[in-house]
Amino acid sequence: MSEQAADQLPIIIAHDVHKWFGDFQALKGITMEVHKGEVVVIFGPSGSGKSTFIRTLNRLEEHHQGQIIVDGIELSHDVRNIEKIRMETGMVFQQFNLFPHLTVLSNVTLAPIWVRKWKKQDAEELAMQILERVGIPEQAHKYPGQLSGGQQQRVAIARALAMQPKIMLFDEPTSALDPEMIKEVLDVMIELAQSGMTMVVVTHEMGFARGVADRMYFFDDGLIVESGTPHDIFNNPQEDRTKLFLSQIIKQ
Amino acid sequence: MTTVTESPKIMRPPEPPGFKTWVRKNLFNSWFNGLLTIVLLVLIVWAVYSLVRWIFTAADWEPVLKFPILYLVGQYPRGQLWRVGLVLSIYSLLIGFSWRKWGGVMRVLVLTYAGFFVVLAFWPANIPILTTGIRAALLANLGIIAIGYLLSGFSKITPRLILISWLFSLFLSLILLRGTSFLGLLDIVPTNLWGGLFVTLFLAIGGITLSFPFGVMLALGRRSSLPIIRVICTIFIETIRGVPLISILFLFSLILPLFLPTGIRLDRLIRALFGMTIFSAAYTAENVRGGLAAVPYGQTEAAKALGHSNFQIIALIVLPQALRAVIPPIVGQFISLFKDTTLASGVAVLELLAVGRSVLNSEPAYIGLQMEVYGFIAVVFWILSYMMSHASRRLESVLGVGER
Repeated sequence: MSEQAADQLPIIIAHDVHKWFGDFQALKGITMEVHKGEVVVIFGPSGSGKSTFIRTLNRLEEHHQGQIIVDGIELSHDVRNIEKIRMETGMVFQQFNLFPHLTVLSNVTLAPIWVRKWKKQDAEELAMQILERVGIPEQAHKYPGQLSGGQQQRVAIARALAMQPKIMLFDEPTSALDPEMIKEVLDVMIELAQSGMTMVVVTHEMGFARGVADRMYFFDDGLIVESGTPHDIFNNPQEDRTKLFLSQIIKQ
Repeated sequence: MTTVTESPKIMRPPEPPGFKTWVRKNLFNSWFNGLLTIVLLVLIVWAVYSLVRWIFTAADWEPVLKFPILYLVGQYPRGQLWRVGLVLSIYSLLIGFSWRKWGGVMRVLVLTYAGFFVVLAFWPANIPILTTGIRAALLANLGIIAIGYLLSGFSKITPRLILISWLFSLFLSLILLRGTSFLGLLDIVPTNLWGGLFVTLFLAIGGITLSFPFGVMLALGRRSSLPIIRVICTIFIETIRGVPLISILFLFSLILPLFLPTGIRLDRLIRALFGMTIFSAAYTAENVRGGLAAVPYGQTEAAKALGHSNFQIIALIVLPQALRAVIPPIVGQFISLFKDTTLASGVAVLELLAVGRSVLNSEPAYIGLQMEVYGFIAVVFWILSYMMSHASRRLESVLGVGER
């Protein structure tokens, strides 16, 4: 396979993904392809399976049926594959999940040092660059508990970026934030999208979607109800459920 | 002054009430509380007065004052006491080191340790072994602590180095105190000659150092995803917790030797130590398990998403948070382990309490002097227990930085 052909292959391929929690079926056959450099936004009502789906992409949740291929590696029970994929995909959570017992700098350098086996000095240099990029280098020696929610989430983004991932997964990154802090996190995400990072974002921030998303997927009841460019979704939604949901969240 | 009151924006917090107001508000705010205050005051004064009078006039301190070395080390051969002195001096140096690095946490330990030397150096009775030279040597330990404090200013003495030195010295002091047949360098002092506070501390420190890692492993095992490990750990913990310590000590002391192959004899003191260790480990495990449960699952998920291995997740992220959360119950557990060492006297280990008992039984003149001897021992236990709980409180506040 030529290099060009490899570039054209989607970096994330999900094919007919099913997932159950006990008897409850959370995913009922999700098929999605994401190419390198694309920004994909997933939205939908709570319980629609959008978070579950994004978490199957780095196997925080195991899928029971179907196929997921990330960066050419199929996700299976093989632990080595899982670790490889997790090194290539960064994830940002709704609740930040920073390590409260470590300083901001240690939060950001921990994985590069222990997983990538970098020298501490190199890891710290890179960490400072990334903290600069997300706009909080002066907080490097504080503990997460001393930061505001918006700052914490930016540290969480820096922590994920420090592993130099090819893909970034965002699971409702602004849902736990006070309104005045949402913008500072979105600004970082927009900058990241413009720099060419491949991103899968679960969010209800429609301004963000309109601005930087290449495609949007509307999830409901474990299925993709509708997908398309932001232009199509906002101006010409085909499904009633999409129309209803959009009217509800835009009214807010 | 007037400018402050003129500007409405700068408000000062209300002045704290004066002493008179405080007394009226807290002690005499109703006729009943006033009466209660007076009655309690009378009771306290009376109790303190009687205690002081008893200590200085009525009590006969001879069974305490005459045997300081016996309370300290039991029947440890008097010709070999230099080894004990050497070990104490090594610890002095390390305590000096630690003092500078962990000031707040160590302060009470330093005070207690230094106080011990002062008390023994000025022991108010004429003891043949405590010559002027020996007393001076004891006081010299204060100098060693100070030297350690000064030396630790050098950047090469890192906290990690100090911790390693502590572990190494604990091991070294065991060899020094017991002796070694290696090249016939040091005469062996059999453990049945060990006694007193030395044995109490041996059981306590040994029990704590061994039971802590063991307990952590049990706690992790009980949460393991492998059913066999989980079941074994659960059965072990629940069995031990369901049995009184004294019966475990008996089990180890009397029954265990029957099961060991002939020719293998486990020392009596070591058997007691094993009993204390597994008992304490089971309780430590339950405390640590509580701490593990308190760490949100999001922490594990975030670590997984970064590609950390399971071992790294436990060692770098979950355990540090879990252990910090359970410092108070674990120190509580260690304090009770320390006091439980007295139960080892039940299996013929001559720890501090047993020495006290044997002193009382040694002479007819000491009949009826239990108050003095047991009171003295209680004070020793209280000082050491208080030291531990104080250090733990300081440790909590030191580690509390960045707590959410």
